[in-house]
Amino acid sequence: MLNFLRRYWQALVRPSTSISLGVLTIGGFVAGIIFWGGFNTALEVTNTEAFCTSCHEMRDNVFVELQTTIHFTNRSGVRATCPDCHVPHEWTRKIARKMQASKEVWGHLFGTIDTREKFEEKRIDLAIHEWTRLKANDSLECRNCHSDESMDITRQSVRAAESHERFLFTGEKTCIDCHKGIAHRLPDMSQVPGWQ
Amino acid sequence: MLRHSIAFSFFVAIALLFFGLDRVAADNIATLRGPAPLIEQEEAPRMMPFNNNDIREVRNYPEQPPVIPHKTDGYIVDLNSNKCLSCHARSRTGESQAPMVSITHFMDRDGQFRASVSPRRYFCSQCHVSQREVKPLVENSFIDVDTLLLERAKQQ
Repeated sequence: MLNFLRRYWQALVRPSTSISLGVLTIGGFVAGIIFWGGFNTALEVTNTEAFCTSCHEMRDNVFVELQTTIHFTNRSGVRATCPDCHVPHEWTRKIARKMQASKEVWGHLFGTIDTREKFEEKRIDLAIHEWTRLKANDSLECRNCHSDESMDITRQSVRAAESHERFLFTGEKTCIDCHKGIAHRLPDMSQVPGWQ
Repeated sequence: MLRHSIAFSFFVAIALLFFGLDRVAADNIATLRGPAPLIEQEEAPRMMPFNNNDIREVRNYPEQPPVIPHKTDGYIVDLNSNKCLSCHARSRTGESQAPMVSITHFMDRDGQFRASVSPRRYFCSQCHVSQREVKPLVENSFIDVDTLLLERAKQQ
């Protein structure tokens, strides 16, 4: 028994003495593909709306609110899902965000916002996180779909066209500066600049 | 005799009931819900888009709350936030170039002017509404005061 374990340990520590290099190389390659593919598949599974709304904190609060807005229901039937706005699309940033999200798993396990009252109390903090993130990356997740180049302001209302010309195209403001609360209900805005 | 009279009045009541129902159906009384019988539902008229040209409408009388010349779908006005005031508040009109909320809205019920919109004037859509181009359900013969005075002057 001890002998068997020792041989097993030997093969593990110095595999090239008992397993051929070819098997090691090809086996390592195949195992690598399986691991990498599995990792990315798992990552993408956590990037679906079904995954986000599998927790009642998301399903009963923010997802319900989204459903009445233009990002869920509109004339053309194109819609944004949770990760479209809340997870960066670029791989490294996505991983960074996913690591941050471990705090959200903690929050779920310990019930930080497991009632409507707790959620409402925390809403301002959660909203500020997202506003800060979008402000810092120049509303990147908005711009993944809404690009300056493709925005035909002649098809907008006069008011919208003028505002976009004055503030958006000059770079004075970014999307989130004006378009707060377009997909979810707002927290108490009395302390937020530009709101009453 | 008594039994006879009860039977008779019952008969009259039934007859009146049928006659009455018949009259209602035949009269086609004009109501907002149209001529369809009570148990049927008429097809709803097509919904028109909101006027969204940002051109201010003339008020029909001086005290009329001005109507909104743009869309307001999805504008939330509640305890937490007031979407309208994010453009129409005094401090916001510089950036938005929107007309400021009237100073009368700063007055509380004791006639005191407050620093901002008084709670009783906070819910904008109680008085101000977006408009659609639709045929009025009820005909309206309202004449504004200027037209009235002009006609009076002409007659004299």
